[in-house]
Amino acid sequence: MGRTPLPLFLERSSYRKRRMMDAVKLLVILGACLWMVPVLWPSDGQPGTVPITMSRALFYVFGVWVLLIVLPAFLMRKVRSDLRAEGEPGDDA
Amino acid sequence: MTSLNVLLAVCLAYVIFLFLVAFFAERAGIQGRGGWLLRSPLVYTLSLSIYCTAWTFYGAVGNAARSGLEYVTIYLGPSLVIIGWWWILRRLVRIGRSYKVTSIADLISSRFGKSNTLAIVVTVMAVITVTPYIALQLQSVTLSLSIFSAAEQGADGTRIDTDYAAFWIAVGLAIFTVLFGTRNLNVNERHHGVVIAVAVEAVVKLVALLAVGIFVVWGIAGGLQETLARIDASDLGTWQTDGSRWATLTFLSAAAFLCLPRMFQVMVVENDDERHLQIASWAFPLYLMLMSLFVIPIAVIGLEVLPEGSNPDLFVLSLPLSEGRDGLAMFSFLGGFSSATSMVIVATLALSTMVSNHIVMPIFLYLRQGGASQSGDVREVVILSRRLSILGIIALGYIYYEASGGFGALAAIGLVSFAGVAQFLPAMLGGIFWRGATGLGALCGLAVGFLLWVYTMLLPSFGPGVVLSAQIFEQGLFGLGLLRPHALFGIDGLDPMVHAVLWSLLLNTGVFALVSLFSFPNPLERLQGAQFVNVFDHSVPTRGWNATVAESEDLMIMAQRILGAGEARTLFSDQARAQGLSGHLPEPTPDFLQHLERVLAGSVGAATAHAMISQIVGGSSVSVHDLMAVADESAQMLEYSNQLEAKSHELSQTAAQLRAANTKLMQISAQKDAFLSQISHELRTPMTSIRAFSEILRDTEGMGPMEKTKYANIIHVEAIRLTRLLDDLLDLSVLENGQVTLNQQTGSLADLLDRAIATAQASASRPMKIRRRRLNETITLQTDLDRLSQVFINLMTNAQKYCAATAPELLIDVTEHDGRIMIDFIDNGDGIPVDAREMMFEKFSRIGAQDSNGAGLGLAICREIMARLGGDVSYLAEVEGTGFRVVLPHSVALAAQ
Repeated sequence: MGRTPLPLFLERSSYRKRRMMDAVKLLVILGACLWMVPVLWPSDGQPGTVPITMSRALFYVFGVWVLLIVLPAFLMRKVRSDLRAEGEPGDDA
Repeated sequence: MTSLNVLLAVCLAYVIFLFLVAFFAERAGIQGRGGWLLRSPLVYTLSLSIYCTAWTFYGAVGNAARSGLEYVTIYLGPSLVIIGWWWILRRLVRIGRSYKVTSIADLISSRFGKSNTLAIVVTVMAVITVTPYIALQLQSVTLSLSIFSAAEQGADGTRIDTDYAAFWIAVGLAIFTVLFGTRNLNVNERHHGVVIAVAVEAVVKLVALLAVGIFVVWGIAGGLQETLARIDASDLGTWQTDGSRWATLTFLSAAAFLCLPRMFQVMVVENDDERHLQIASWAFPLYLMLMSLFVIPIAVIGLEVLPEGSNPDLFVLSLPLSEGRDGLAMFSFLGGFSSATSMVIVATLALSTMVSNHIVMPIFLYLRQGGASQSGDVREVVILSRRLSILGIIALGYIYYEASGGFGALAAIGLVSFAGVAQFLPAMLGGIFWRGATGLGALCGLAVGFLLWVYTMLLPSFGPGVVLSAQIFEQGLFGLGLLRPHALFGIDGLDPMVHAVLWSLLLNTGVFALVSLFSFPNPLERLQGAQFVNVFDHSVPTRGWNATVAESEDLMIMAQRILGAGEARTLFSDQARAQGLSGHLPEPTPDFLQHLERVLAGSVGAATAHAMISQIVGGSSVSVHDLMAVADESAQMLEYSNQLEAKSHELSQTAAQLRAANTKLMQISAQKDAFLSQISHELRTPMTSIRAFSEILRDTEGMGPMEKTKYANIIHVEAIRLTRLLDDLLDLSVLENGQVTLNQQTGSLADLLDRAIATAQASASRPMKIRRRRLNETITLQTDLDRLSQVFINLMTNAQKYCAATAPELLIDVTEHDGRIMIDFIDNGDGIPVDAREMMFEKFSRIGAQDSNGAGLGLAICREIMARLGGDVSYLAEVEGTGFRVVLPHSVALAAQ
């Protein structure tokens, strides 16, 4: 219903912004992968491994967190103006 | 040392402050002021923070002290969900706004064809799963109070009566929730006041936790480097978390974030603008990160500094207290109090909406059986049922707290709830992404998942020997090893939590998918499914209600179209005056909208009025249900108007008949008048001559016999004429009254015609030419031949009298059709004018003034005779000249053969 057909190909700047939006959508996969890395870490007491120290673990987990906060905020800022002009936030490009 | 009384006073003041915030926010919302704040993405993000309850505030540190970094998974899941807002949340919010979804039970039941069963099942499950969570809040507030009282009375002093305290906390929370949440009813189940209060509480708890964290890191531990070193040196210094727990907990918290009734309330129901999600997608992870930032330092330092055996769940309070920072401890207490109250308020509101909408109201309406015509009293009932539901839910929480004995680590209780609500996930996601999902599938999936959750998680959470005996734990239900609650199907060695989540969600999803594949949804379900799954194809993004006055204008325009300009303007300005406004446009308050809806319903029907108003005010699309109601209404109206049309058609037909009858009566009356004058003339003419000649006979003397004979003869002829006239009248009267006796005879039609022609020609001055087809006339008749011949003679005489042709000619044509004999008498005259045809068989009807002889009774007599004989005589309009047809009935001809 009522969806105006979008042009098949876009000019360079719009194209770039669309891909930024794609990046926003895919961030969640990046986050999930990065946060699941600790599953692979050797647990304390496993023979033949050097245990990960808590400070390193903290830095890693919170580092990913900061990345996942800064990246979408940055990307969103880049695509916001474009999306406003085109209406619908992030419908299929 | 802070006394307990001071603490209570501060709490009370804080609650009053929150209430005022909520109150003014609500009022500002109704008056359309302060919209920028009420509807800002900041408030939306902060309101999401009710995810962080007292469990987070106190329990995270406790959890960290017990199992290291594992606590952080509870925040990783929600962070991922909100970072991936585009995939699920955006869809949920759009569906929620477009279809005015009021709760997760409403969402699931609406998606699966407004299934009441599903709504009830989801509601009951939600109450059961959230009850431990509410108990958890009671427990944490009670615990935190007991810390203060213990500190107050010395380490060896008696603790406050925790049961007593928990009871009063429950009562306080119940009052608070009732006051907050049910002050008025909102069509969209939105509570601006509550949301603002929750946002304020979110700030308080964040700042409180950060303050404690900063105090611990820089005040006690002596800086960041020092803290990190102490962390690495402590028992928690290395990575100890089990990988399966890490992954499962992240997934579980993500699922719970989507499915918790209170999260659904703030995230979907209270959402004003889809764009808020974009801001929240990085702002809310930021909030969560800050909330969990200092958890490990507090846990490590607490373990180090505080005496052995201190409850790690309360480090956030006991650390400042032990350092003599009463103010900070108080602040921290308020933070924990905020977490608990905001969670209880929103969770109870969400649950009470579900309970009252899906359980209490249906039962009430069923008992009333259609008596709910006045919406006013139903509103009262709804509010009452909300309040009772709130009390009931908090009472349940209190009972659970009492039953579980108020012990157990906070995190463990929280996880039980999480795993319970996560059972909604397959039905919810399946519902919004997969059109093939059916209600039966959802119901079966939910049931399986719920039972497994109860058996593997809820009941074991009370410990062996409480609900499930130790024997069941070791040997399984009914002694079946495959049914051990912590090792289903013989798969042993999994962490109990991982085990329960894995099996319950796996089988839940499996059964849901399988039953969906093999069942067939009903039409409403399929429609709703298509609408929900393809929601982006036929809805517009929701934006805030930025201009309430603009809305009133739209309402005005719509009302004008339906009610007419004058009436609409009067209605609106009356309402504006009643609201104390000076302009012509009232604020679109619920009362006004309800009034307007009722007024419009008078014109267009209730369902249509509702759909129209919600279209303008709610920004929601009209649901299938609404459309069906509108269609029903239109069908009723259509039927009514059809009936009216049929009636009016009938009436106009009757009127036409009456008019025709009236015209005929008028004609007959005119005829009668004409005849009376005619008959008097007719009678007078012979009477005059009879009188004149009889006077001559009487008075003239010396009259010769010749003259006498002549005059007597004239008198005789005139008397015969009179007699004939009177005979005709009498004949007709006899025929009309049905007193005639028929004299049945048998004879040939040809003979009959011969005789009739002879008689008719005999009296004629100028005989006309007669054409016949004798071959057709060889029919033997059995009827009253004299009467029939009278008809023939009359018709032929008329033809002779009135045929205006120069060479008059009469065709007598006999035909037989379907056993009926038709004898046509057709002359070559001018025919009878159309306007005279109708009347010519009536008595005393004469055409034109050319007839001076007859009385206009001939054709009337013919018709009466034919009626008696069972036949008919009629005018033949379709021939040239004047034609009459005599029809003899079947029986007459049959009898002859």
